[in-house]
Amino acid sequence: MTDQRKIKIKVEDLTLIFGKRKQEALALLDKGISKEEILKKTKCTVGVNKVNFEIKEGEIFVIMGLSGSGKSTLIRCLNRLNEPTAGKVFFDEHDITRETNKELLETRRTEMSMVFQKFGLLPHRTILENAAFGLEIRGEEKLAREEKAQQALETVGLKGYEQQFPSAMSGGMQQRVGLARALANDPEVLLMDEAFSALDPLIKSDMQDELLAIQSKLQKTIVFITHDLDEAMKIGDRIAIMKDGVVDQIGTAEEILTNPATEYVEAFVNKVDRKTIITAETLMFKKNTLVQMPKDGPKGSIRKMRTIGVDVLPVEDENKVFLGYVWLQDLLELEIEKETSIEKALKTNVPSVYKSYSVEDMLPLITGTKYPLAVIEEETGKLLGLISQTSLIIEATRFGKKEISELKERANEM
Amino acid sequence: MEKLIDLGTIIESGINKLEENFSGLWGAIDDIISWTVHSMNNVLLGIPFYIIIAFVALGAYYANAEKNAFKIEGLKKGGGLTLFVILGLFLVFAMGYWEESIQTTTLVIVSTLIALIFSIPLGILAARSKTADVIIRPILDLMQTMPAFVYLIPAIFFFSVGNTPGVVATVIFSLPPAVRLTCLGIQNVPSDVIEAGRAFGATEKQILFKIQLPLAKPTILAGINQVILLALSMVVIASMVGAKGLGSIVYQGIQQNDIAKGFESGLGIVILAIILDRITQAIAKK
Repeated sequence: MTDQRKIKIKVEDLTLIFGKRKQEALALLDKGISKEEILKKTKCTVGVNKVNFEIKEGEIFVIMGLSGSGKSTLIRCLNRLNEPTAGKVFFDEHDITRETNKELLETRRTEMSMVFQKFGLLPHRTILENAAFGLEIRGEEKLAREEKAQQALETVGLKGYEQQFPSAMSGGMQQRVGLARALANDPEVLLMDEAFSALDPLIKSDMQDELLAIQSKLQKTIVFITHDLDEAMKIGDRIAIMKDGVVDQIGTAEEILTNPATEYVEAFVNKVDRKTIITAETLMFKKNTLVQMPKDGPKGSIRKMRTIGVDVLPVEDENKVFLGYVWLQDLLELEIEKETSIEKALKTNVPSVYKSYSVEDMLPLITGTKYPLAVIEEETGKLLGLISQTSLIIEATRFGKKEISELKERANEM
Repeated sequence: MEKLIDLGTIIESGINKLEENFSGLWGAIDDIISWTVHSMNNVLLGIPFYIIIAFVALGAYYANAEKNAFKIEGLKKGGGLTLFVILGLFLVFAMGYWEESIQTTTLVIVSTLIALIFSIPLGILAARSKTADVIIRPILDLMQTMPAFVYLIPAIFFFSVGNTPGVVATVIFSLPPAVRLTCLGIQNVPSDVIEAGRAFGATEKQILFKIQLPLAKPTILAGINQVILLALSMVVIASMVGAKGLGSIVYQGIQQNDIAKGFESGLGIVILAIILDRITQAIAKK
């Protein structure tokens, strides 16, 4: 599916050099001379060094690196806030680096909007006027632009704040305004430069979720800059890791985690909290045998358990909605009492999660219960699979199986 | 001691040439300024004094009280200045200097307006172009350090005596702070806001009018306030070249060694200064 999407942005040999003797420095760079050497010889700094990548339509493409890695310079080359020294940036079919000033203004006005780390809101304007700013620049009528801005504000959850001023709002809310301003233009591409980096961690996480929710509705092509690998892994479909103006590796979070291309990437990856990346979907095992209520009575259920050799089975109703578990010992009692329904043995107070939950999200759920975690489909309530407590603990602690069983024994003794 | 370089003579001959070659221009400027000052004086003096006092008092009240104009808080905020305006202006009237005060105010208003027509665009230019800044800055330094009286000499030369040389000298003397503060205000607009404007495809003109000028407004208004106060102080000096108003009374006081006259007219100037300053400051604070 990924391969069928068309390419929205294509960057070819993009290079940006700061300094006065750019062409001289560029010639040296072409000869393969190092950045340090070029700085010594020409007093020019190489900000972005022959970067190549393609971004597909509807993709969230994250460019990550530490400060000074050239990532913010790179994103500014895409809308030419920084003028590239060499190389091309294709947007659909046309080359942005060759656009005249007039064409460039038009591109910025209609095709790509930007969200900034420091928000960049106008303090003398209300939230509504700020959100409508891009449309105003474009020359839209007041009524039309305010209606669009209003919708964008509703999308980011700021309904009711239209007449406030930015100074009255928290950082998180100001950035929502920044996002609304970008969305109001209805661009095909969103450029987000460290958009959430200035926010405190809880708000940051909220905004990431919000962005993902908006993205699932609007399907924009998003270029997202961050220095935070956890953030990159959470929201990026693909991630490009940048160092000293060079892109070291491009791949999905999984590819980068399992197969770091350079030492730099590896050093990054080692610092990542795996707990936040591994999701319920990767940990669960599928469960094909289920007890269905009211079809299966105690006898039928016991039979199912014996065939596959387990003492607990998940229960669903006739619409395949997950209900809970039944245990063999409870069913045996019901059989003795000659009950025909398993309802009395059904344990409904059990933990369940959606497949996007991370290990970190799931850990708190296993304390104080002996049940495996049920992974449920969000829309239907259908059981997708189960996660055993052991595999969750292994993933969370990276302990071996032996250590885990020791831990468990010790816990039981206590 | 003999002069090695006779700079004064060079400047003098330059000014002579300017006077001869552009005499039509100077005549036109003289006509326009004289006419404006004259008709504004006539209009203001045609209005009964109590209406003007009431009007200024109301202006002072609204400038301070803003949205609370009809509440107790508004009265607390704007009440003091309003009372001062009423008592102060009535005192000026009662001392018999109403006409002179109006003449002075007219000169201040005309000079300030002319100064702003030049200084704000110059300030914008200096903020946006390094070359312009490098050229304008030393000229401003010169204008501010040159003793105010020096401006009177060429002003008389071009426009003979009367209100016009007074206005021209006042404009030159009071213009620098507005240029400086406009430039400063624009340069202090955070770069991230301007970058946001660029990213959304704003033209240079849109960036100036929708971002830089609105954000620089408080600083520019502070500059305007400075211009008004400098203009007022210069108008007094300008009476030496025949500008009418409270300044000429002060001047008479000095010449006739008349303490009563000097004190009364001086007090009138102080009252005007306080009123103009407080009202413009209140507007700038909004």
